[in-house]
Amino acid sequence: MRLESLYQEMILDHYRHPHHAGLREPFDAEVRHVNPVCGDEVTLRVTLKDSDAGAVVADVSYDALGCSISQASASVLSDLVIGRPVSEGMQLHDKFLALMQSQGDGEPDEDVLGDAVAFAGVSKYPARIKCALLAWMAWKDATAQALGEHGPAEAAPAREANR
Amino acid sequence: MTLDVARVRKDFPILERTVHDGTPLIYLDSANTSQKPRQVLDALADFYERHNANIHRATHQLGEEATQAYEGARAAVAGFIGAAEPAEVVFTKNVSEAINLVAYAMGNASAGGQSGRFALGPGDEIVISEMEHHSNIVPWQLLCQRTGATLRWFGVTADGRLDTSGIDGLITERTKLVAVAHQSNVLGTINPVRALAEAAHAAGALLLVDAAQSVPHMPVDVAALGADFLGFTSHKMCGPTGIGVLWGRRELLEEMPPFLGGGEMIETVWMERSTFAPPPHKFEAGTMPIAQAVGLAAAIGYLTEIGRDAIREYEHGLISRALEALAGIDGLRILGSAEPVDRGAAISFTVDGVHPHDVSQVLDSRGIAVRAGHHCAWPLHRAMGVQASTRASFYLYNIIEEVDALAAGIREAQRFFGAGGG
Repeated sequence: MRLESLYQEMILDHYRHPHHAGLREPFDAEVRHVNPVCGDEVTLRVTLKDSDAGAVVADVSYDALGCSISQASASVLSDLVIGRPVSEGMQLHDKFLALMQSQGDGEPDEDVLGDAVAFAGVSKYPARIKCALLAWMAWKDATAQALGEHGPAEAAPAREANR
Repeated sequence: MTLDVARVRKDFPILERTVHDGTPLIYLDSANTSQKPRQVLDALADFYERHNANIHRATHQLGEEATQAYEGARAAVAGFIGAAEPAEVVFTKNVSEAINLVAYAMGNASAGGQSGRFALGPGDEIVISEMEHHSNIVPWQLLCQRTGATLRWFGVTADGRLDTSGIDGLITERTKLVAVAHQSNVLGTINPVRALAEAAHAAGALLLVDAAQSVPHMPVDVAALGADFLGFTSHKMCGPTGIGVLWGRRELLEEMPPFLGGGEMIETVWMERSTFAPPPHKFEAGTMPIAQAVGLAAAIGYLTEIGRDAIREYEHGLISRALEALAGIDGLRILGSAEPVDRGAAISFTVDGVHPHDVSQVLDSRGIAVRAGHHCAWPLHRAMGVQASTRASFYLYNIIEEVDALAAGIREAQRFFGAGGG
């Protein structure tokens, strides 16, 4: 097995130098998600702002305790969704989830997923998929809660079960 | 008697396979589940090919052969752990079920408004420890919630030993039961069970021992330990999955109410009520894992032939080498004692700057199978001040070269992730 197929340089870069890390004020919702298999955890905050296109992600801040995959994933997630409409963020979530469930056969669109395509190799390692998804699940949960605070956003999907 | 590891390794077909396109397998995850020797695999196949039938109820030759094999396995277990008689051996699914059996039986005794040593209520206490596997924590939490009893526990010292300094205040006349691991699945620490038994009995309490990690690796004698209940599982001792053991003193099993109701555990059944079979059958409802019992008996035969003293002595050499090799790696912290004293063949550790998941992934890429995470002992990890760890665990088929490969693999993980040491 070549380690590099799992640990792409992109992942290691985000792991060593995470973007948007740390918990910031103000925030609309905060969640704490745990991977019960390994005890990894992420505390994640979401701040939304209103716009003509519906709710927009103003900030995502987080404190992640976990492996390189889970920490890098939180970093990439925050890069991708900050500044975007919630509806686009949710679409990214769905695409990333589909990639993780692809068992190595996914053909991710780099134009859409950006740095997150580096995680394609993770989908071949069932034990590590939850690591990559931890921050995304937390973001989706926190955003749904924040939308509740804001009232339903026009372009955002309805709140739904997290898993 | 010394262990001939080259010969032992020939008994385990899986050790011949490779992983990740041709890398030899180095299996250091036996505390999770052990590998199985051909003798056990053959016994399983032989049972299914020649003797398969249900037990205790089939009036034909195969049924009699199957019953004999199953009850023979019970006798083998009894002999293996020094039980007074086979009837003290109850087959379960695993250790978790063995512990839950006692916990739910106590709950049933409490719900029935019975008095006596199994009934619990507010003011009564169960004592466990912080180094328990979740399976020796959660059943007692649930029992305390159902009965209003209080759960208390021993702490753990910085070097991973049971902190018995407050034992007099912990085990008191309020204590109904003390439940502890014989050997920690994370730290490898071997606990002073005999002393705990004496303290429990002096207070009028019972002692349950979780022996999942000790019975596979060393001689265990229930009478010498002074235990009242002891649980262990087949799959960690070269046997098949799906079967475990609860041993209990005969008089306790007689008195304890049943846990699971169903076929085979009854004496008579009316529409309004039932009476129950004597132990052990009182606790064995439904069709049991028959072939697995036969496989377990074969595993017991296998371990007995090699000799548990020889296994313990051989593993002591492995863990001594592992402690020495890992202590020499900068940035590596061994959880618990770094001395090979009262310590079984498991070693958990953290590496500065490299998460346990990442350590185990690098090791896996070199064919080395270990476990990463909290190993079903989350409170213990919290007590040791870490979120997770990597665990390497050894068994009679591991060799010194594999210990050295582990150390080299950890250094490679440090190099790959650019962490210190190296």
